[in-house]
Amino acid sequence: MSPHTAQAGAGTEVRPRTPGRLHRIRVRSRTWLPGLLMVTPSILLIGVFVYGMIGWNTSLALSDQHAPVQDGSFVGLTNFAELWQESRWPAAVGNAVVFTVVFVGGALVLGWFLGLMLDKGLRGEAAFRTLFLAPMAVSFIATGVVWRWLMNPAPAERATGLNALFVQFDLEFLVNDWWTAPNMGMAAMALPAIWQLSGYIMALFLAGFRGVSEELREAARVDGCSEWGVYRHVVMPQLRPVTLSAVIILGHMSLKVFDLIIAIAGQQIVADVPAVYMWTTVFEVRDPAKGATIASYLLIAVAVFVIPYLVWTIRKERSEGR
Amino acid sequence: MNRSASERVTATVGRAPGTTPLGQAAKFTVLFVLAALFLLPMYVLLVTAFKPFDEATAARAWLLPQSWSLEGWAAAWDALAPGLWNSVQMVVPSAILSAVLGSMNGYVLARWRFPGADTVFTLFLFGMFIPYQAVMIPLQQTMVEAGLMGGLFPLILAHTVYGIPICTLIFRNYYATIPHTLIEAARVDGAGLLRTYRSVILPVSAPVFAVTLIWQFTSAWNDFLFAVFLTGPNTWPVTVQLNNVAGSMVVPYNQQMAAAVLASLPTLVIYLVLGRYFMRGLMAGALKG
Repeated sequence: MSPHTAQAGAGTEVRPRTPGRLHRIRVRSRTWLPGLLMVTPSILLIGVFVYGMIGWNTSLALSDQHAPVQDGSFVGLTNFAELWQESRWPAAVGNAVVFTVVFVGGALVLGWFLGLMLDKGLRGEAAFRTLFLAPMAVSFIATGVVWRWLMNPAPAERATGLNALFVQFDLEFLVNDWWTAPNMGMAAMALPAIWQLSGYIMALFLAGFRGVSEELREAARVDGCSEWGVYRHVVMPQLRPVTLSAVIILGHMSLKVFDLIIAIAGQQIVADVPAVYMWTTVFEVRDPAKGATIASYLLIAVAVFVIPYLVWTIRKERSEGR
Repeated sequence: MNRSASERVTATVGRAPGTTPLGQAAKFTVLFVLAALFLLPMYVLLVTAFKPFDEATAARAWLLPQSWSLEGWAAAWDALAPGLWNSVQMVVPSAILSAVLGSMNGYVLARWRFPGADTVFTLFLFGMFIPYQAVMIPLQQTMVEAGLMGGLFPLILAHTVYGIPICTLIFRNYYATIPHTLIEAARVDGAGLLRTYRSVILPVSAPVFAVTLIWQFTSAWNDFLFAVFLTGPNTWPVTVQLNNVAGSMVVPYNQQMAAAVLASLPTLVIYLVLGRYFMRGLMAGALKG
């Protein structure tokens, strides 16, 4: 590229002789057009595979194509309403809600607590951190294999896993049905997920704690704040963005939970969740319209809190001038 | 080694005014209990995996093996080897492709912006959070109609495309820290987009490539959802084969546990060796640069 175009590219020194609007656009676009071209492959891929396919899925959900080979016609929100009339769907939603509440709450509290414990630069901090974060590197399927063994619901006489451990230590009252318990079984199902994700939340909070400047803490101490008071009144209020990120990450994982359930419970109805139900619908019932409807509900559930979060993040970033 | 240890102690004391020895002891106790709880599943995995078949029973569930055996490992290896190989073939190209695309996007979105760049970026980011179920039926149908099912291509494509948002985010946040003056200087010297990218951006990109490659490797390796929708018996990656091994009631526990360890080993080794980069990927996943 010649030095002349580079100057035009910088857009500061070259004054076009005829300052028409079209000309200005042409000059300026010479700088940004190559950039746009460089992103174009990704824009196309994301456009087709994310937005195009979401659109296709939506139109499928609004149709009556209840068999793979048949043609569908538009039926509005019929599928969306019909799901609630069966018994399996509301149960699956209920399970996902219980799972989400226990998992998000549990991982948040445990992760925050671990971060708090490690914040002060403890001896051996790196080792603890490495250990608590390690489950993040493993798949939900592998986690599920171990935890299914640990949470084996066999009664006390034939107990294995954690139940056997409880019996051995005379803690029979702790022996329970784990995830096979009706209603609250999903709370047990959340345990492996908490085990897997709380180290991540710890790391987020640790970064958050350390983002609070030492001067600020010191100032509070000088003002007579106790060490706990410093946390309570100085550090915690600054952690709100981190907490929000953590809730979003955990929440969106939780609503679409699939692998973990399959690995621990297979397709047993007691642990049914929307994502598993969708899989059954597509592969066994072979009903594309209904599968697409469940998928749409999952998308809506995630979108209602992720979109405001993204908009908020981008706006905040821009106002901070990045 | 001694010196660094003593330095660390000094740093600890310096950073923690007002913490009593008693408080420290209490903290350690709590942390050790939690660490033990975290290690429990790992203990079970290893202990059971090394038991011979007749020892992998309920009665001896929590005990160490009486005779250490590789029986479970051998059986697990036989069952998983094809899956492990499929996973390698699928993960490597998709990690590289999405990292390269992410790098290009990140560079443009951070330092060579075009009108509407923010909108494009937001739309990309949303792609990071969507439940993949919402694209799964059309995606599968497209692959079937294009006659691509039966190979690893659909899975490679899926991991590449749906990895673009996070890779773009990581690269963009990293490139945003490169001083403007550096890029302006290149521009004044007459370097266009590509030359600036090659001579200014790429030379400083090694660490961030490490971060994204590790992130993509880990998430594609551990994925199960795309795999069950887009692969068949010949192309099942390791997660699907592990689930098959574990889901069948006839497979003894020693083999199941050994299989779970085998399937997790590549990502665990990467985590232990390159933990720093792994952490940075995790942090970027939280939208923080």
